[in-house]
Order: sequence, then structure tokens, then C-alpha cells
Amino acid sequence: MAIGEAACGKNVSNLAVSGNGMSSKYDVLVVGGGNAALCAAIAARRGGASVLVLEGAPKFYRGGNTRHTRNMRCAHDATTEILTGPYTEEEFWEDLLRVTGGQTDEVLARHMIRESKDILNWIVEQGVRWQPSLGGTLSLGRTNSFFLGGGRAMLNALYLTAERLGVEVEYDAEVTDLVIEDGMFLAARLKRPVKGETEIRATSLVAAAGGFEANIEWLKQYWGEAADNFLIRGTPYNRGSILKMLLDRGVQEVGDPTQCHAVAIDARAPKFDGGIITRHDSVVFGIVVNKHAQRFYDEGEDIWPKRYAIWGRLVAAQPEQIAYIVFDSTVLTSFMPTLFPPIAGQTIAELAGKLELDPVALEKTITEFNAAVRPGTFDHTILDDCVTEGITPPKTHWARRIEVPPYLAYPVRPGITFTYLGTRVNKEARMLMKGGKPSANMFAAGEIMAGNVLGKGYAAGMGMTIGSVFGRIAGREAAKHARN
Amino acid sequence: MHGTRILDEADRLMTVCNSCRYCEGLCAVFPAMEMRRAFSDGDLNYLANLCHACGACYVDCQFSPPHAFNVNVPKTLAVARAEAYAAYAWPRALSGTFARNGLVISIVAALSMAAFILGFVAVNDRGVLFGVHTGPGAFYKLMPHNAMVALFGAAFLYAILALVMSVRAFWRDIGTPIGGRTDGSSIFQAIRDAGELRYLHGGGVGCYNEDDKPTDRRKLYHHLTFYGFLLCFAATSVATLYHYLLGREAPYPWWDLPVVLGTLGGIGLIAGPIGLFAAKMRRDPALLDEFSYGMDVGFIAMLFLTGLTGMLLLVLRETAAMGPLLALHLGAVFALFITMPYGKFVHGIYRFAALVRYAQERRTAA
Repeated sequence: MAIGEAACGKNVSNLAVSGNGMSSKYDVLVVGGGNAALCAAIAARRGGASVLVLEGAPKFYRGGNTRHTRNMRCAHDATTEILTGPYTEEEFWEDLLRVTGGQTDEVLARHMIRESKDILNWIVEQGVRWQPSLGGTLSLGRTNSFFLGGGRAMLNALYLTAERLGVEVEYDAEVTDLVIEDGMFLAARLKRPVKGETEIRATSLVAAAGGFEANIEWLKQYWGEAADNFLIRGTPYNRGSILKMLLDRGVQEVGDPTQCHAVAIDARAPKFDGGIITRHDSVVFGIVVNKHAQRFYDEGEDIWPKRYAIWGRLVAAQPEQIAYIVFDSTVLTSFMPTLFPPIAGQTIAELAGKLELDPVALEKTITEFNAAVRPGTFDHTILDDCVTEGITPPKTHWARRIEVPPYLAYPVRPGITFTYLGTRVNKEARMLMKGGKPSANMFAAGEIMAGNVLGKGYAAGMGMTIGSVFGRIAGREAAKHARN
Repeated sequence: MHGTRILDEADRLMTVCNSCRYCEGLCAVFPAMEMRRAFSDGDLNYLANLCHACGACYVDCQFSPPHAFNVNVPKTLAVARAEAYAAYAWPRALSGTFARNGLVISIVAALSMAAFILGFVAVNDRGVLFGVHTGPGAFYKLMPHNAMVALFGAAFLYAILALVMSVRAFWRDIGTPIGGRTDGSSIFQAIRDAGELRYLHGGGVGCYNEDDKPTDRRKLYHHLTFYGFLLCFAATSVATLYHYLLGREAPYPWWDLPVVLGTLGGIGLIAGPIGLFAAKMRRDPALLDEFSYGMDVGFIAMLFLTGLTGMLLLVLRETAAMGPLLALHLGAVFALFITMPYGKFVHGIYRFAALVRYAQERRTAA
């Protein structure tokens, strides 16, 4: 009886987890285990709620794509210990407008940007530590706050804090069904490898279970067979099962299902979970050709980090979803060292042979490109005056001849980070049902609702902003609902 | 390709880490790595000795096992360090002492203590060994002061020679620093970094040990051990000065400087190694070089034994146990000295040299 009394004393509705398949009830159930989920769990717990986190992955792989992240984009009005200058709400908004081409929900986006200012401090109060921008990322030093030790270190800190506060966490906890009646969450059905199936009831639900990028079959619905050539940069556990359940049970969807954060990554990377180290920063230093050895886009369009996120889709649109960044030995040390070494040839023909490209075509492309390069003063930190003339597509900055052997290349494929199709939410992170009525007790945060803010495009660190800001809001609101 | 398999693995890891760099704020290893795009044997030995094994990069790494990239920097660098100790040992013929170091240390310690007991018995009659001696010069009734100085001075000088020759080989191998020469301020910086164990801190929160919680106390235990050792060394030095300059012979009263220093140091040398040993027992095996177990524990045990016999000698010096305890204590200290260049003690020397090199590189890069 003592145990029952203790449970009733502080956490009225926490009847404790039962290992024997008996149903149990929490104030707030968080499905997912990444940044958004943990921010929600911590905020809900701090709001006085009993909280259970269900992470579908085993402990090592906990945290979805957060494991692979390194920074967060937050607005701030002044230089901080780790940020080199102010980044106003307005500037953040303009950056978002530019990368999305205006495809964003302005009310939500501006709300998120405003809230991001406080997140810089709040996240530190949850144990996360910052560090100055990493070597090779100077261009982000003003806008993005880096996690000391990276995303997994951030997660470890959030889990430690959550557990210290009394948040319960279950790993390998696969949610197989959500019981939702008329926009009202009632219970989650759960399959666990050891403890078996069970049902968990909760007063509020926070869905923070990521996108569906690791579900190749689902991707194929929109991309066709091309999706077989996609590499998934992050967790293999983001199969979108929670997203699908919610959409099937009347939650309004948001976002274009083909839109996602995708970058060009090394074609030699593993199918899943290669993370950040498979990326390439070298596009601006050379040219990019497809499997027919033809160029297909202006490699010098804009300062690299701003255009980093377009190359995934560009390569996805090329035949067989493969492309090659080709450069010469003079620029090899101009960008960060890479996990996979470049493929090298003493002649263009030799390089083409190793890449299995038509040597004549590659030689022709490079010769024409070299002939089109106009003299200029190279400076990769600004939009310099090194341009091409008379070729299509042009290279509008940083154009220099490729002429000093060995000739080098990286093969690249689309690397999908996360998808934008999601659940529509309002400023309270509350899901909206088809027809527009807000759900009584269902909230969403993180990648599963990123499409509200990101119609397309991406700017570094945005995913974590969406996760932390909406995670915190969702947790707070979910706890508030449970208390009432 | 490198000279050894572990250096090949260290090279693979540094290539992975250099394309990630998330850990650059955790310690000195990763910033030093970032100053390079390729890694020679010497570079890798330098990085290995710069690593303090706090474990943070393992806990923070998204690619640590069971991930297919299998990134385990602390363990790989621990193995590389152990192999470097053997590779740089002087004379080369004694490299093998690192292979079964626990056994070597145990045998040397046992023989050394036995030799002192037998020596005391052989030189003196039984009555002297088990007699009660008090007042100035009591110890020297068992072993003349000059004999002690000659024996320990020789052992100490040999240890210094062997260490200097070893670290010289290491210093040459890790190559000319990127820019600049060694200067006073780099050495001063390294003394500060080593003195406060700046990089044994898990990036600020503390070290990791048995799990992903930074609850490890190795830094504290290491401070107790290291400063305990220094205090004991200081006690011996002060006593030597007393002896030669002031003509005052040991044993000294409890309030006198050598005894105060020795007592504080002795407490450190008992508490510190116990803590370090307990921490080692709890450590996640994934982080440990299991082949270095004997070396690590052997050194911890020698320090503990030195502290324990010293403290017992202090407490019981006016009883009949003084003779045997003096023999044991001198045996322990002698064994500690002569095995210094061939055991875990060298970690401090190489790490200090690596810290000097790092301070130089940072100043040049700044």
C-alpha cells in the first residue's frame, strides 16, 4: 500500500509501469526519442506531468537523427560566448524565406524564430553544452550554436536530465498502434522484445517520431525506382510508422511528400546512418557532372553552406541518381578532409575510366569548361569574380580551370536527411485534424511536423531549432492539458 | 600503411574523426588532429600520448560500436600508447618488459624486498633487525646512510637516464612541431595542463567510466596519487638536505617538515591508488586496452605499497617492527625506481612531452 500511496502523493495519475501487460496511465506519452521528444518530455515533466518516453530504437541508436546533428540555428540579439555576432529574428526570417522560396507558414515560422532566442539558454539549463563553431565551419559561427561533443553528447545530456527529473524511458519500444477517437488520443499499443505487448494510456500524446526517410518503399511511392539509389544519412528507425498512423486517423497532413532535406553525399557511404562524415564540401572548387559526363547546374551559384542543401535534389534528378564532383590537385586542401579519398587519375581519360564515364565526353566537358573560364581573383569566402562565359550552365563564381594532374573526383548520390511530409500543427504544437479542428490532446514536434515550417529547402541547424522549440512547446502544452 | 596494425587503425579513426570534428572541444587530441590531413607513425604516437582516456569521445560518438564505423578512439589510442612505451624503451633490449609488465613488476618488487630483508639479516645480526631503535640515526643502524644514498642514488640516476633516452626517441619520432621551437612558455603551459589534468575532464563535465554518466572520480584519485608522490619525493629531498646541510639525522619528530610532507604524501599514495584501482575495476571494458591491465595495476600496486610501507614505518618506527618494515619500504621504493622506465610511470613523461608539443603547435597556429 505504501507504494500506491507514494504514487498517489505526487504524481496522481502515474500508476507506474507494469511489466506484465497490464495497462498503465501517464499524463504525457512521448513517442520518439530524439531532441524534440526529449525537450517535450523535459518540459512536460517540469510542468508537473508524469511522462513516459517510448523510443523505438535500442539504447545505442536512441535519438533518431539527433545523434548525427551538430548545431542549432537560434536567433540572438548580441554576440555570445560562442557566437561571433548577432543574428536577429528578421535575418533568420529572411534566411528561411530564401531557402524555402516562401513555402512556409509565416505565423508558425515567426513564432518559432521568436522562441528560438530563449532556447539558447533553456537548452543549456537542460545540461546541453555549447562550443564555438567547429574547424571548417567558420561560415556558421555567427548563426549556429554547436553542441560540445556533437548531437549524441547533446542527447546524453538531455536523457540524463530527463531521467533525473523522473521521466521514464523505454527503449526498443515499438508503437504498433495508436487508439484515437474523434481527434482524441486514448492509448498506444506497444510491442517490446522482452516484456511483450502492452497498451499504454495517457492524457496527452506528443508525437516526435521523425519523418519516413528510412522507409524506402514509402519513398518509392513518390520517387519511383530512383529511391533505390538514395542513401539515408541518419537513423534506419525513422520509418514513418507514427506519422502514417496519425494521418490515417484523421490528422491533417502538411508538406510535399517529395520534399526533404537532402544533400549530395559520397556514393560509397553505407545505405543508412553514415552521418555527417560522408558529405562533400568540394562542389564550389570544381565541376559536377552526371553519368554522361555532362554538367547540369551552376556549381558557383552561392556561398557553399547556403547551397549545400540543393545538391541532393539536383543529383536525384540525374540519370541513375549519380554524379561526380571533378576537380584537380590544386584545390585538394581547400576543403575539409574527407572520409573517402578522392578517386584519382593522371589524365582525364584515366579518371574517366575509373569513374566508368565516357573519357571522350569528360575530356570535352572539361576542355569546354576550361576554355570558358575568365580571369578573376579567386576568393571562396565571398562571391568572387571568377566566372565562365559562353557555356551552359555557367559557373558564376569560383570558376577556375581544371588542369593540374592528378585529376580527382568524388562520386556522389542523394543523401536524404529527413522528409518534410508531416502533421499540421498550430502555435501550441497541437495537431490539427482534417477540417481544421485542433486535436484535444495530441501534439507534434520535430521532423514529424517540420513541413509546417519547411515547405522546401534547408538551412543548417534548422531541424534542431524545429525540434527544440516545438518540442518544448508541445511538452508544456501537453502537461497543461493533462493538468486540466 | 603504418608500422603496426594498431597505428593503421588509429590512422583510420583519425581520418573518420577529421571529417567529423564534433569532438574538437573535448580535449587536445582532436584540435591537434585537425592541424593535419595525413598522419605519420610519429603523429599517431603523439596523438595517442596526448589522449588522457577520459572516455568522453566514445560516449559522445555517433559511430562508436555497435555502429559499423566502429570508432573507439580511447581504446585504440590506449593500445597505441602501450605499444609506444615498448617501442621507445631504452635500452631496446628491455622493450620486452612491457609485454608482461605486471609479472615483471611483481618479480622485481618481490626480489627487491627480499634482498633488503636478506641484506639486513646478512649484514647485521638478528638482534639488530628485530631490535627497537629510536632517536636520530635509528634507521642507519640497519643500513648505513652512505650505503643507502649510493644504492638509491644509482637506481634513481639510472631511471632518469633511461627515461631521458626513451623520451628523446619519442620526441624525435613525433617530428618537428608544425612551426616553431620548444620554448619556455610551451613548457610552462604543459606544466599547468599536466598539473591540473586539464584534459582528464570529459570536455568539462568529468570523466566517463562504466556508463554514459560522467560520474568518474579518476581525476581526483590521480591528483591524490600524483601529488602524494611529489610530497613523498619532497619529504625525501628535504630529509637529504637536513642530513647534509644541517647534520640532522632521520627519523625526525612527527611535526618536522620531512615527516609532515611524507605523511600527507603517504596518505595520498594510499588513498589515490585505491581509488584508481576501484575506478579501473568499474571501467567499461570497451574503453580499456586489456593487455595493459598488468602494467596499470602493477604501477598502482607499487605506489600503494610504497605509501603503505612508508606509513606503517612511521607509525611503528619505535617498535621491533621497524627493521622489517624499513626493509620492505626500501625494497618497494627501490623496485619503484628501477622499474620506472619500464612501466606505467612513463605515461606521465610521454604525455607531458606531448602536451609541450601541443602547446607549441597551438601557439604557432594561433
